[in-house]
Amino acid sequence: MPTASIEVVITNSHGLHTRPVMQFVDIASRFASEIKVHKGGSEPADADGKSVMQMIILAAEPGTPLRIDAEGADAAEAVSQLAKLVEDKFGEE
Amino acid sequence: MKLSDFIVSEAIIPSLASTDRDGVLRHLVSSLADAGALPRDAVDEVVAALVKREQNGSTGFGKGVAVPHVKHPKVKKMAGTVGRSEAGVDFAALDHQPVYSVVLLLSPENAPQQHLQAMNIIFSNLQKDMFRRFLRQSATREAIVDLLQEADQGK
Repeated sequence: MPTASIEVVITNSHGLHTRPVMQFVDIASRFASEIKVHKGGSEPADADGKSVMQMIILAAEPGTPLRIDAEGADAAEAVSQLAKLVEDKFGEE
Repeated sequence: MKLSDFIVSEAIIPSLASTDRDGVLRHLVSSLADAGALPRDAVDEVVAALVKREQNGSTGFGKGVAVPHVKHPKVKKMAGTVGRSEAGVDFAALDHQPVYSVVLLLSPENAPQQHLQAMNIIFSNLQKDMFRRFLRQSATREAIVDLLQEADQGK
């Protein structure tokens, strides 16, 4: 299975609250690949990128590094779109 | 952060009368105002903001629970409460199932970190099958308060 991985940083001022999580899970769920999100920083944690509950539990604040790992036929496209969402601050400020 | 840091025990409603979403939201917000956790004159605006939030995307994330929440300028101090429904409430949940346990969270606008931490502790508990089952079975305010305390103690 192809894999892909990318590192991003949360930069929107409200962090990974519900609305960004819903956007993330919505995009992640369009892909067949398995998607895992690893939160770095002082309180590392892992979440299934397709689970709203697990992603909310990450509670990633601005400045938090995330690593998005995908495994599956569409892994490269998945991490690319998800990284763009994070880098675009989820359409927020 | 612990649940007891922001859940207002006196505002917990062990038996919700309404079975519609907006009625439940109003009941829970009014209960927080009754307990002195929210200014009375903020109730209408906060309920409207919560309803709008639900219309933009349900906070019924599945498994019989919903976590309506909003950041609002009229909220001066973070406050939350819990409502329990025996009949089930239509929250337009993601899994299309009725909601039996509602955890409502109101946050000030200027404290996003605190809001994330509160959501973290709420969801960490709601993700546990046993916690959800016990919450659904807790028929009195005292039973719900006990359950939240046990959760805070990591039992």
